[in-house]
Amino acid sequence: MAELNIRERQAGDVTVLDMDGKITIGEGSVALRSAIRRLVEEGKKKILLNLSSVGYVDSSGIGELVSSYTTINREKGQLKLLNLTQKIQDLLAITKLLTVFDTYDDEAAALNSFK
Amino acid sequence: MRIVTEEKTELKLPSRVDSIERAVAAVAEFARRRGFSEDALFGIDMAVREAVTNAVLHGNRQDESKTVEVSFNSSGAGLVISVRDCGEGFDPAQVADPTAEQNLLKASGRGILFMRTFMDDVQWTRHPEGGTVVRMTKKR
Repeated sequence: MAELNIRERQAGDVTVLDMDGKITIGEGSVALRSAIRRLVEEGKKKILLNLSSVGYVDSSGIGELVSSYTTINREKGQLKLLNLTQKIQDLLAITKLLTVFDTYDDEAAALNSFK
Repeated sequence: MRIVTEEKTELKLPSRVDSIERAVAAVAEFARRRGFSEDALFGIDMAVREAVTNAVLHGNRQDESKTVEVSFNSSGAGLVISVRDCGEGFDPAQVADPTAEQNLLKASGRGILFMRTFMDDVQWTRHPEGGTVVRMTKKR
């Protein structure tokens, strides 16, 4: 099984990536980077990352989330996070990235927040 | 190569990304057997992952002719883990604070923060035969 599986679905003009696995150095980080790059190429710039089944993220994975965020912002898009586990929420608090990311625990509210 | 004595386990790993998981798994098994809590195990896992990542990527620059040495032992005081690379040296004071506003959107530089957050003590020293040793302690 791949380190990180990413399933894509469309909710209106928002692309939701349901992620399952680990975002760590190597395969997991690369999978996220490739997915974001592809969405940008396809002109999809409203992205919601569903992290409910992501059990583990290391500093490389956190860096990849930040890179995804800055890539989408540069393209005048929006990237938001949904369903953070407590552990990931703790890591984002430690790194002060909760002040950067727009995070939600309710998908409908997250989708409604996209302009 | 793996050398196990009653007190201490030592691993010599090639400077490859897949060595990170091997080191993490070995330390996790060791710590679990010694009764560390799930929260402590999470922190130990994170810290070892970051320390070995630094050794593989920054210390040894993925040069497979260089090894990363990971050793760990437990005592009444807790678990002590050392990670040595064969690099040119490292000064943690030179690493920018990743939580400073101007650094928040940088893609890297958070590993040391995690090591210091999840372990009770983290010290870097220069090995007399070359390379950097990071010694991390998790108290019981």
